[in-house]
Amino acid sequence: MGKYYDKLMQDYRLKEGLNACINCGTCTAICPAAEFYKYNPKNIVNIVQSKDEEAIEELLKSDAIWYCGECMSCVTRCPRKNAPGLVVMSLRRLSIETGLFTESEKGRQQYALAKVLTGNILDHGYCVHPATFKYESHPEYGTVGKWIEDNIDDVYERVGAVYNQDATGALRKIPKESMDDLHRIFEVTGANDLLDHIYTASKKKADEMGLTEEEYFHQVFNITGPEHLNNY
Amino acid sequence: MIYEGKKRIWSDYQKEIPDDHWFFARSCIRQNFNPGAENTMLDIVRNKLGKDFYETKYHTTCGGIAYHSDVIPQETAMTIIARHFALMTEAGYKNMVVSCVTSFGLYSEILETWKEFPELKAKIQQNLWDACRKEFDTPEYLAHSSDIMYKYRYPMSEQAKYPLTNVHTGKPIRVVEHIGCHYAKMFPSKGVGGAEYPYVLSGLAEAFGGEIVDYPERRHCCGFGFRQYLVKANRGYSLSNTYKKFESMEPYKPDVIITNCPGCNYFLDRWQYVLSETNGKVYGENGYGIPVLSSEELAALVMGYDPWTIGLQMHQVAVEPLLDKMGIKYDPAKKYEGANGKQLPKPQAPTLLKCY
Repeated sequence: MGKYYDKLMQDYRLKEGLNACINCGTCTAICPAAEFYKYNPKNIVNIVQSKDEEAIEELLKSDAIWYCGECMSCVTRCPRKNAPGLVVMSLRRLSIETGLFTESEKGRQQYALAKVLTGNILDHGYCVHPATFKYESHPEYGTVGKWIEDNIDDVYERVGAVYNQDATGALRKIPKESMDDLHRIFEVTGANDLLDHIYTASKKKADEMGLTEEEYFHQVFNITGPEHLNNY
Repeated sequence: MIYEGKKRIWSDYQKEIPDDHWFFARSCIRQNFNPGAENTMLDIVRNKLGKDFYETKYHTTCGGIAYHSDVIPQETAMTIIARHFALMTEAGYKNMVVSCVTSFGLYSEILETWKEFPELKAKIQQNLWDACRKEFDTPEYLAHSSDIMYKYRYPMSEQAKYPLTNVHTGKPIRVVEHIGCHYAKMFPSKGVGGAEYPYVLSGLAEAFGGEIVDYPERRHCCGFGFRQYLVKANRGYSLSNTYKKFESMEPYKPDVIITNCPGCNYFLDRWQYVLSETNGKVYGENGYGIPVLSSEELAALVMGYDPWTIGLQMHQVAVEPLLDKMGIKYDPAKKYEGANGKQLPKPQAPTLLKCY
């Protein structure tokens, strides 16, 4: 027993997601991430159930725990009712809490994710919102996406959306009392503390790398190396 | 084969979906990319079938994408969703239907976790009181919007104007169905037909006269992967998974792909555009892609809704080849109109993929 394993076991997702792994590798066989990245969920689950503190710390610092897409295909097929995807979510949470997420390139991406997603939630009440989802950073939105963006009020109104309006319906402006509720929920449930962890550790890492916050965001959002890929 | 045994096993994957009185919760992704699908579903159930579906402007995101991108704690997502349950309770409803598959999976995960760990539910009740001064009952029944389309498939098919028949050949329209991973892979008993043989979309397409096309990677993820798409540096993951699916389904020549997940719908549509630009390949006929529709959009077309009123112009892949096969009458000149008949400039034509 040790500090990392004990901490992981406090997470309900690990209590639910880890029974007794028999190392059969079915999760890895079905895993979309394992086909793309140098990733093996079977090994991750095995390290956690081994309770090897050094090996768990290495995981928390590694890119490996950030390769999963959380599709949960592994959950369906595990013959022992484990949930490797939930084990990975617990590891990610601990990696953030301990600040070790900034030790890996993929872990550092949490800075960009936190900024964009919690910004959308706390500013607009949505996880995705036209104010921040832009063709410029999402060229796959396509020529139709660019057309939607350029003609946003007309396109949405025609299909019955009520973009930014005080109304009931798609893309309405979320009322102030609901936004206030979201802000208080973030405070009460520890989301603001988690975000502080992400921002403080990321700032420290940016300083170490000699980058401004803006440069750091650009780097973690846009740049990755080929060494993560299976065929590299 | 012992028939009774098989029947018992399959009974775990049948859902007794209530017939009426629903609290409706919208999807973040769908509101951005295909808001017409949600509005059309509400029009069908309320005005064509006479059912009671209630929505409130006070509903917010469930936080599911942020939760699965690991930037908010589980307790935060639970408390946001507890607030949604409180809105349902205040409105006097017991059945909840969510439009998003990420939400459906997360709501299911939360309800199951609270059953296992009642002390956690008590903590969330306290959180919600502390933050919002609200109290809640959990839904008696939780459905995804595709469950609703499945439930009403026969009443809708009785009103079919354009069944899923190729009017040129007289044969059924060939349908590929793609189920969002979080619909049933985590909790198979929550989905119609379970995770391995989900029937929620197949049953709908068959009721409309379509033919389901099987292919090897039918159950593979679309590739969203949350952080694997949202971070630009990771998007190769998302694209590669969609590529794998299209290469697998291509030999079976589907006329249309139907989805129940707002994210899958977006990715199977938009990555076809990217694959055409980067690989120089399109997967449909005559330079077009394979149209990708949600279950609601499919039902609306079958029932005779105008394709542009329900928002099919917001898809990158042109739907016209499917409309022509189904014999649907439409006005091409109205495709890119704005509100009140205002003519908007057409989107730029992609290099290879025909979009009009």
